[in-house]
Amino acid sequence: MSRPLPRSDAPMRWAMGTFKDRNRTIYTLLIIGVLLWPSIADVTTGGSGNHLVSTAADAGVYVLLAIGLNVVVGFAGLLDLGYAAFFAIGAYTVGLFASGQLSGSPLQHEFHVPFWVLILAAMFIAAAFGAILGAPTLRLRGDYLAIVTLGFGEIVPRVFRFLGAGSPIGNWTGGVNGISAIDPPKLPGFISGPWFGSPIQFVAPFDFSDSNWAPMDFYWLIVLLVAICIVLATNLYNSRLGRAWMAVREDEVAAAASGINTVAIKLLAFSIGASFAGLAGCYYGAKLSLVSSENFEFIVSVSILIMVVLGGMGNIPGVIVGALTIYIVQFFVLTNLPDYAVALSNLVGLGFLNQSGPGWVGLHDEVQRLNYIVFGLILVVVMLLRPQGLFPSRIREQELEKGTAEEAVFDVREATD
Amino acid sequence: MSGTLGTRLFLAGITLVLAVLLLPKAINDPGFFLQIVIYGTADGAIFALIALGYTMVYGIIELINFAHGDIFTLGYFIAIPLIGAFGLSEGSPVSIGMIVVLLVVTAIVMVIDGGINVVIERVAYRPLRSAPRLAILITAVGVSFILEGIMYVWQGANNVHFPDLLPDTRFPLFGASLAVKDIIVIVSALVLVVLLNVFINGTKLGKAMRATAQDREAAQLMGININRTIAATFFIGAALAAAGGIIFGLYFNNIRFDEGFIAGLFAFTAAVFGGIGNIQGAALGGLFIGLVQAFSNSYYQAALTDVWIFAILILVLVFRPAGLLGMQVPEK
Repeated sequence: MSRPLPRSDAPMRWAMGTFKDRNRTIYTLLIIGVLLWPSIADVTTGGSGNHLVSTAADAGVYVLLAIGLNVVVGFAGLLDLGYAAFFAIGAYTVGLFASGQLSGSPLQHEFHVPFWVLILAAMFIAAAFGAILGAPTLRLRGDYLAIVTLGFGEIVPRVFRFLGAGSPIGNWTGGVNGISAIDPPKLPGFISGPWFGSPIQFVAPFDFSDSNWAPMDFYWLIVLLVAICIVLATNLYNSRLGRAWMAVREDEVAAAASGINTVAIKLLAFSIGASFAGLAGCYYGAKLSLVSSENFEFIVSVSILIMVVLGGMGNIPGVIVGALTIYIVQFFVLTNLPDYAVALSNLVGLGFLNQSGPGWVGLHDEVQRLNYIVFGLILVVVMLLRPQGLFPSRIREQELEKGTAEEAVFDVREATD
Repeated sequence: MSGTLGTRLFLAGITLVLAVLLLPKAINDPGFFLQIVIYGTADGAIFALIALGYTMVYGIIELINFAHGDIFTLGYFIAIPLIGAFGLSEGSPVSIGMIVVLLVVTAIVMVIDGGINVVIERVAYRPLRSAPRLAILITAVGVSFILEGIMYVWQGANNVHFPDLLPDTRFPLFGASLAVKDIIVIVSALVLVVLLNVFINGTKLGKAMRATAQDREAAQLMGININRTIAATFFIGAALAAAGGIIFGLYFNNIRFDEGFIAGLFAFTAAVFGGIGNIQGAALGGLFIGLVQAFSNSYYQAALTDVWIFAILILVLVFRPAGLLGMQVPEK
């Protein structure tokens, strides 16, 4: 293939250009992967790929969360250790106002607000909580914000768990059991077709939970939501506000001296980040048709933070890759690792390892026990090898290189004395 | 406790709220009230021991060491086989010999746990000291997972029993009863805090720690070996947590491999409450958290105890960000 590319061939040139720009490469691969995923899932599982498509939709929720947390942590440099709280607020918004839950509450009236309205409401409510929490604390030193958010992240799921049956102010949230039977998204009418895994037909009204096209429509919905959020976050990054965030992140005093209202700017970052989590929570509740307080524990906040830091803070494609990587490791590799180990041992003729005996519960269970250690080792090793993350933003990368150079000079001085 | 008007108002507010909430209960049944105070103090003493390690590590390298709670649990886990190796088991008669053995075991566990923490610092934290600050936070979470994984593989997912060695003798005290265990827990925690204070304020290494915490580069220029000082901080923090783990074992007798993590979060709250980086503050904060927990569990909804503790954390940070005993430190 030595024929030179015709200059008028714009898509081809764009594609060639991708190999020079890392971010464009990532986006191209992601788009191809997203478009092909339903087919890949179907082919690899022999026609029953619905489960894999549904899992991919769940992974999309974490991508949304990572993009949102990236606004807070990556753009504005604020550490949020309780991000799952806003996720929970979004999920409980859809849970309370799109199910029969509130008929058992002191209100004695159930709400069935359409999903599309609740998306906006959840974003607004999460942002409002972000503002309420951020307003008094953003004036403080950076670390204190992290601690306050940690506290908030611990409080929110516990309050939701407490406000169930038997709480002094009545059953609002279903307590430990959570809220189930949440309304799926609905449209007055929509065209279903091969893209939803069904024959072409006009369906009115269109119910997302209909098993004729169930996980596929949720999959394309989250793809659409993620795409919108990527555009939003990218535009924010390139806007006046985005530059202000970077300025505050790099040097708050200098930013303030340059006329930036640092408190207002940080509050905006915090609220906008929270609204992304509200959106993700709303979709999550509607897709799962269930919200429960245990899905929003501290470990969720930490996982999202790991996605952002591991992917490369501040760089949206990097953060997406980080989110997908951690999701695949947590829900695919770690859960299937015992089976892989068993298959491998059978393959190489060590099948006796699968027998349990004294002090040995069989290879499958022994490997399963190692899950914590494997995940911990992955985090430590990746951070040691690439402390700036897998795909950091160009600007940050240069800053960091400069930073390490200064440290190196200092080390030399230390060695001479 | 001087401070701005806002701080004073805040402290007055706390006192007023506590008085309104607790005084009627105390007058109604003083014996029960005293019992809760005893229980909360013992519990708080253990939180204080964990909080000391948090506050020291944060003070010196500004890291929220998420693995610290698991270091605490690890001390508990390591002590169990050691106690067995020394021939002690549940029902062993209480004697001077047993107490000596327990002290020896505690010393050994403190050294082992401290050593492990020094290795962790060397491998997972030191290489990242000049990296973005979040990287080191993530490795701390990773180390926490690894430690929990090791304890899980070692002892399984169920509660692990600690031999109940101390006598269950109780003395009546103004309508409440004071157990020997309570006294031992409180006294040993107190001794450790006093020893730590003497060490930090009275020795050369302690001075080096304070200097490093204040300004690492300046301390380095004064000829302080930064790496050794930070390693020593991790060693002492872990040793105190290990002692806390053993005391916890002797007092409560049960823990699960992942329970140290949430205890660590509470201890961190205690450290922040007292003023992060401040030794006495951490001890006081631990005591306060223990008392709040005991009061809330006994008088109010136990399900909301954690909510109150974290709500207090947020209020303290909003109204008195440096904690009760901390100094106002300008942002670096």
